Amino acid sequence: MSLYSKTAVELIGLLNKKEISSRDIVSSVFQRIEQVDTKINAFIYTDKENALKKADEIDKKRVNAEPLGLLGGVPVVLKSNLCCFTWPVSCASKILKGYNCAYTATSVEKLLREDAVPIGYANMDEFAMGSSCENSAFGVTRNPWNTDCIPGGSSGGSAAAVAADETILALGSDTGGSIRQPASLCGVVGLKPTYGRVSRFGLVAYASSLDQIGTLTKTVADNALLLKVISGHDCSDSTSIDRKVPDYPAYLNNSIKGLKIGIPKEYFVDGMDNEVEESVKKSIKTFEGQGAVPVEISLPHTDYAVACYYIIATAEASANLARFDGIRYGARSPQAENLIDLYEKTKSDGFGQEVKRRILLGTYVLSSGYYEAYYKKAQKVRTLIKNDFDTVFKKVDCILTPTSPTPAFKIGEKTNDPLKMYLSDIFTISLNLAGLPGISIPGGFTQSGLPIGMQLAGRPFEEEVILNAAYSFEKNTLFHTTKPTLS
Amino acid sequence: MSFTEKDVDYVANLSRISLSDEEKKNFTVQLEQILKYVEKLNRLNTDNIEPTAHILPVSNVFRDDVAKICPTTRFAVEQSALLVDGLFGVPRVI
Repeated sequence: MSLYSKTAVELIGLLNKKEISSRDIVSSVFQRIEQVDTKINAFIYTDKENALKKADEIDKKRVNAEPLGLLGGVPVVLKSNLCCFTWPVSCASKILKGYNCAYTATSVEKLLREDAVPIGYANMDEFAMGSSCENSAFGVTRNPWNTDCIPGGSSGGSAAAVAADETILALGSDTGGSIRQPASLCGVVGLKPTYGRVSRFGLVAYASSLDQIGTLTKTVADNALLLKVISGHDCSDSTSIDRKVPDYPAYLNNSIKGLKIGIPKEYFVDGMDNEVEESVKKSIKTFEGQGAVPVEISLPHTDYAVACYYIIATAEASANLARFDGIRYGARSPQAENLIDLYEKTKSDGFGQEVKRRILLGTYVLSSGYYEAYYKKAQKVRTLIKNDFDTVFKKVDCILTPTSPTPAFKIGEKTNDPLKMYLSDIFTISLNLAGLPGISIPGGFTQSGLPIGMQLAGRPFEEEVILNAAYSFEKNTLFHTTKPTLS
Repeated sequence: MSFTEKDVDYVANLSRISLSDEEKKNFTVQLEQILKYVEKLNRLNTDNIEPTAHILPVSNVFRDDVAKICPTTRFAVEQSALLVDGLFGVPRVI
């Protein structure tokens, strides 16, 4: 088996036994990228030279028996909205053309401190706005399981790269499902931590009260390890929480006997794909087989989550994206006659359709006369949605749902209908509104061979509980061992 | 409440984005559709509900006001499309 197809835990084992070097892994991953990325387009940018240099430094440390970090020598791809000093952080937008990061995100610093090897930037929906990775100025990313289909979004490049073995680990960001939905559609493990668990310093902001950086990996064990590395308080992000980071990998083998898993009746709705529904129902049986206890619960405001989200997220986005005006960052329209003209032309040329749409919507819901009716109303509904979860978490330890109502859909299928596209996030959005952790894990396949994911949601700062349940499921199923064929 | 092309013009101006005629037409239809969808929130009575702006029980995060050296300031400024004597260049304002 080639090194690129192994997990981080397997590779670290081989590295520690000195059977392979970090250079071997990095070379293997780049060989894979060169082999398949023309079909997938998961990468926007690669830095092979520095990755190999870093790998050699780590190998030297290992030979000299110097202390090594937890990820000593393992490659990781970053979503293109995470700053890494001197790298061209584009957010898959034309507007940041020519802009290179002036500093490194805290989550990326933590990776470097633990000797991970960043290999490049993954494709994404522009400024993390989208559910299909079609809204990229760098072309669509294709789903490794069927290249006519989307990989999900917005962290579609990160998920596709993991699924196609073009990286070992990946970081993404999740504002309404942007890690979990592509993880589900690409058949990998994707976790959005509790809001405040991981520092957002150095993440280009989309909707600041919802954004959270998270992890995409081939297995639950890799996910626990990567989450441990990037979590923790950071003085540079006032919303990061000063709480001890649990040793996530140490919790994986706990028994889930007696674990109460809530099954919300509102998540089994009309219009849900039959195969997805069947697969989640089978998953419930698998959990029962391990001693977990399913409990029917109700989250009565679920139906309002998408509407609530698209007001709050776009309002915050309209403020956050105002800074991209051609002055300090990247591209600038050359034809401008005066300052206002410069702003208008730069934004008009630089932003794609979805970004413009969301800025306009966000500006509208915040504008004089509409603020109370839309924005304040949505904030109140957000309270109701959060209260729903507070109530059920008194009765259950975690919640099981499908991650996405459908498997991967065809490229172009929903591009002309933004509302239909927004409904792709119907099962993931509530967790962002309530700030809760959620993980998507492979839970089955459709008859046509597309992955189906399921989501486990937990109480705030109880990532170890959902990781433990996910690991237990993974140990008793084989979905994560099946790989897409990419010849 | 209907959303018209005039509303698109108004918010486009507020957000400093110039739009083509085709964009205006598309956005009018699409935003009206989305606004109609989000109106479902009005079915809920929220009279006595506090709004949630931030999900965590965190307020007033303080730290000591200590100056730190930023070694990459020059690099940051150089990422601008127009640099004049080490400063951001802009078109004439007055």
